[in-house]
Amino acid sequence: MTKMNRITQLFVKATEPILNVYATAGYPNFGDTLTVLHALQEGGVDIIEIGMPYSDPVADGETIQQSNQVSLDQGMTVAHLFEQLKAMRQTITVPVLLMGYINPVLQFGVEAFCKKCAEVGIDGVILPDLPMAEYESEYQAIFEQYGLYNIFLITPQTTDARIAQVDANSKGFIYMVSSASTTGAKTGISDIQETYFKRINGMNLKNPRLIGFGISDRASFVKASESAAGAIIGSAFVKLLGQTQNLHADIVGFVQSIKGKK
Amino acid sequence: MKQSFQVDERGYYGEFGGAFIPEMLYPNVEELRSRYLDIIAEPAFKKEYDDLLRDFVGRPTPLFKAERLSAKYNTNIYFKREDLCHTGAHKVNNTVGQILVAKRLGKNKIVAETGAGQHGVATATVCALMGMECIVYMGAIDIERQAPNVARMRMLGAQVVAAQSGSKTLKDATNEAMRHWINNPVDTHYIIGSVVGPHPYPDMVARFQSVISEEIRSQLLEKEGRDYPDYVIACVGGGSNAAGAFYHFLDEPRTQLIAAEAAGKGINSGHSAATTFLGKPGVLHGSKSLLMQTADGQVIEPYSISAGLDYPGIGPMHANLSLTGRARFFGVTDVEALDAAVECSVMEGIIPALETAHALAVFDKLQAKPDEVIVVNLSGRGDKDLSTYQQHLKLND
Repeated sequence: MTKMNRITQLFVKATEPILNVYATAGYPNFGDTLTVLHALQEGGVDIIEIGMPYSDPVADGETIQQSNQVSLDQGMTVAHLFEQLKAMRQTITVPVLLMGYINPVLQFGVEAFCKKCAEVGIDGVILPDLPMAEYESEYQAIFEQYGLYNIFLITPQTTDARIAQVDANSKGFIYMVSSASTTGAKTGISDIQETYFKRINGMNLKNPRLIGFGISDRASFVKASESAAGAIIGSAFVKLLGQTQNLHADIVGFVQSIKGKK
Repeated sequence: MKQSFQVDERGYYGEFGGAFIPEMLYPNVEELRSRYLDIIAEPAFKKEYDDLLRDFVGRPTPLFKAERLSAKYNTNIYFKREDLCHTGAHKVNNTVGQILVAKRLGKNKIVAETGAGQHGVATATVCALMGMECIVYMGAIDIERQAPNVARMRMLGAQVVAAQSGSKTLKDATNEAMRHWINNPVDTHYIIGSVVGPHPYPDMVARFQSVISEEIRSQLLEKEGRDYPDYVIACVGGGSNAAGAFYHFLDEPRTQLIAAEAAGKGINSGHSAATTFLGKPGVLHGSKSLLMQTADGQVIEPYSISAGLDYPGIGPMHANLSLTGRARFFGVTDVEALDAAVECSVMEGIIPALETAHALAVFDKLQAKPDEVIVVNLSGRGDKDLSTYQQHLKLND
């Protein structure tokens, strides 16, 4: 792979806080995946994270769980998702990540999965239940062969030694979980969290960080972005997807409001 | 090299096991992994554990010769009476051990999942004993079908929370308990009730349950003049009672290990929980094992009449025992289990738990010889299942 990964490019040239938005694939309706991607890009999102639905998403709270179930009930599979994303790169220019759990990837076949990711133009993957040691011994070589970044998470409980290890193994950015929680469980940023953010900033890591979990609006996005390269919004956006009557316009409006463009 | 059926230093049994957990759980699981062997080897820990097993749980549990069943099947059948443990099943062997570990890790709150409610009751019991706060997640459907155990947990001071996601049974209760632990990582220990979950749980739970086979050995020596049976039979959902009953015989080639899985309405009926027959390698609840799943890797909702066996996975130790052929697995249907429960009740005066009844349904299939010795792990008593028995056996008509 000679060309620079889109994620790296983004962080190199970014001049303002980076907004990464998570959307469950095939939600609210099976055929909405690309519509959602287009509207996110039009609104000015910097990175899109597409959730591959899973029956047992243990790191996720109620909102994302429920969206996963709806999507599965509508027939979404990893294979269908790749089909939907086949022509994505004709229009989508922002970096795109796939987020999901390891079991569907294992059943699809790790190499086949990475190959498909490269084919449709996926830049990175977030698999919270794939542990770092397992990744290094079994997956890293395949991921790298297909130019795919594996994004690791750190939490307030992660030790400095392990953070250093995560930093050494990371490419693109580190996903900094803002508090001990599942997705969508807590909102806002507290003083304790700011102490944690400061501690991480003081470590001089080589990778930039995006803060996720508990970021839901312009205020929490701005606050988080003071301590990192940007932030990730998941549950708050999925909630909007579940309620909106006007998918395209509401998504564009949501992203613009978070970015302060409206 | 000699084949080992024990866990290796990476936390694997053959190709199964490991610790597939989100980073949010890593510090807790890593702390447990790095300390559990040292903690349970401490003389003070051993003494406290052994004393509680004797004085609180009521161990050793008897090894009882089931004379009438032995005569019927023309062999020698013994029951390991785990049903006589305090709280009515083997589950308490593990909860006593884990709460002592939790204390040494400085935790003061406990979270647990439960299927039939036996593990929940056993957890609530040791929390009451140690003055720790206890939250038990239980599938909403299981809360309905196991009402007496829900009441027992509440009387013991535990908070019972209904798992409303997915199939609303054991799998979902486990998801919710894991989420609770993610949200409460500092002061809480998660007492997993079976030999499932990320390493070191399968090994730790197996060790705490291994007292079952340790006692079988010495009791059999006394009764039969040899310290191994020809067969050990146990039911398997996640597989904790089987792990305990098999443990000291894993490397004893003269002992056949027999596992009874819940085949529900028939292995291929679409309503079953017979994981070794229907599962493929996959990852659920933190370990790689056999798993009932779709081609896309979504977990399939299992079915069994017994809430304790209603689980789409199986402990990694058992997946390895199945794959290597070290243990023989039988699928036992709801109807066969109900028949076996009646047989055990009327012929031996013991009403078994529905889970246990699956283990009692395989005598026919074994074709044991008259001089052979079978030990069945009688893992629990049937009080909690009375309403199911009443309904299916028409006991009140």
